[in-house]
Amino acid sequence: MIVVWYGVTVEDTSIIDTKKLTKTYGDLTAVDNLDIQIEKGEVFGLLGPNGAGKSTTLLMLTTLIPPTSGTALVNDFDIIRQPDQVRKSIGIVFQDPSSDEMLTGYENLKLHGLLYDMDSALREKRIVEVLALVELTDRKDDLVKKYSGGMRRRLELARGLMHHPEILFLDEPTLGLDPQTREHIWKYIKKLATEKKITIILTTHYMDEADRLCDRLAIIDHGKIVVLGSPDLLKKDLGGDVIHMRTRNFDIESLKELDYVKNVKTDDGSISVTVKDANQHLQDLLGRVGKVESVEVRPLTLEDVFIHHTGRAIREGAAEGGWAEKAMQARLRK
Amino acid sequence: MSDLRGIYALWYREFKVFQREKSRIVASIINPVLWLLIIGGGLGSVLSFGGVNYLSFLYPGILVQSVLFSAVFFGVYIVWDKKIDFLKEVLVSPMSRTSIFIGKVLGGCTDTLLQSAILLVIGYVFTVTGVLTGITFSPVSVVISCVFLFITTVGLVSIGLIIGSQMESPEGFQLISSFLIFPMFFLSGALFPIENLPSWLTPFVLLNPATYTVDGLRGTLVGLHRFNLGFDLLIISVFSVVMILIGTYAFKKMKL
Repeated sequence: MIVVWYGVTVEDTSIIDTKKLTKTYGDLTAVDNLDIQIEKGEVFGLLGPNGAGKSTTLLMLTTLIPPTSGTALVNDFDIIRQPDQVRKSIGIVFQDPSSDEMLTGYENLKLHGLLYDMDSALREKRIVEVLALVELTDRKDDLVKKYSGGMRRRLELARGLMHHPEILFLDEPTLGLDPQTREHIWKYIKKLATEKKITIILTTHYMDEADRLCDRLAIIDHGKIVVLGSPDLLKKDLGGDVIHMRTRNFDIESLKELDYVKNVKTDDGSISVTVKDANQHLQDLLGRVGKVESVEVRPLTLEDVFIHHTGRAIREGAAEGGWAEKAMQARLRK
Repeated sequence: MSDLRGIYALWYREFKVFQREKSRIVASIINPVLWLLIIGGGLGSVLSFGGVNYLSFLYPGILVQSVLFSAVFFGVYIVWDKKIDFLKEVLVSPMSRTSIFIGKVLGGCTDTLLQSAILLVIGYVFTVTGVLTGITFSPVSVVISCVFLFITTVGLVSIGLIIGSQMESPEGFQLISSFLIFPMFFLSGALFPIENLPSWLTPFVLLNPATYTVDGLRGTLVGLHRFNLGFDLLIISVFSVVMILIGTYAFKKMKL
């Protein structure tokens, strides 16, 4: 979009621009006046606990549910006035399984190609291309019900890319998957971002996932942005390291006054101190605290950022029912 | 129309899945045959209507029963698609909701009509072997029967999809559709003639679209009918068109 601003032409590179996007269900405000600009080509994360409004935001941006108020531009198209154009330019991998397990991997992709009105030559070419990308070529003729959770996720990722969308939405891409498979999926997402230069918007409640993948992320809680920035910056803002000590004798107030101490928290018999740089200040800090039973030093994580801004830990959630669980339910079909 | 490929896609999916679920096909055929042989055979020993034996009287009714049950129950698959995210995958594609509805209707009609075709073949075999008597199997009667079955199926699949689009759970779907299917079946004249019913029952029978399909099929195959065949055809056509319109609207308003 080209914006003329005080006579100067400025290129506005944002590919998604939400304007007071809001969704309420009765008394519950799932998404509350959200204003986010997402740049072309970046991997943007919406991080927050279950029920924070991430998926609702995604469903509104993909035109599947209408906002209660406000709107958004996706690829310069308005989600309310031009939903058809929006849908043509996006791809999405949903939180729950969305492939038909009574069909083969190939047939699921063929179905997708037909839904996006591709002729057979283009369809076949793209199927070969995306199958190779997610390394499922040799399993393409197996029924999806014979796939593992990770393979199914990869198939859905391939499908989301098949029509060459400008923007790819991923809703909790690794929910319920085992660690190796998550690692595998992350590899593909990284590859897409660097090689294909697709704008990727993902939701997650896994801190490590957000940290690994996102160029920028917004921490969302109760439908509002709590803080927004690159993972590194968010961490740097809070300090550098956390020093965790088990001790009985400490004086919090005096620690808080030290200029290198960013934050002090106590828990039954232990104390966590966030400092700028543990290497430089550990000795001094230990001197002040006195006798300790144990000391643990670790770099600051996004989890700490989250706790700092929301005052609580992210709820590790089985509350919504995991992806694998839904897949099992779906298997009971018919 | 750019949605033609998409409509084909939805049909293709239903057809593939139907082909792979052999148990569903077998069950959907065995059930009506059991009805025909047990109810038809049992009551046939003491009953006959309009000069034809009960088994032959029942046969067109059983064709309608099979269409009624499988067409309406087809709607439950949309509830399953909703439980996983398959429905979202379809709804997020560039296809219009109207086209999605049409694709689903065609898929459901194919499943249902394939079962009807098998039942017609079974009926023919029974006629040849003498189990059924007094049924006319000619190219004309088969074509007219298929027209009746097709139009009725379109309307019934639409009803199933309308219910499915509004329901959250398969159990809920089962409950609501049973409330509809059983009265529609029992009050259609499939099991007994509708001429001399108690007066309080008559309006329900006359308001039931399945009545006109049974009447049309029985007129065509057995030669027994109460209404003019053209009138039967008109009523079920109006019914199906109205259901398509309501279904299209229901899909546009469908919540996730």
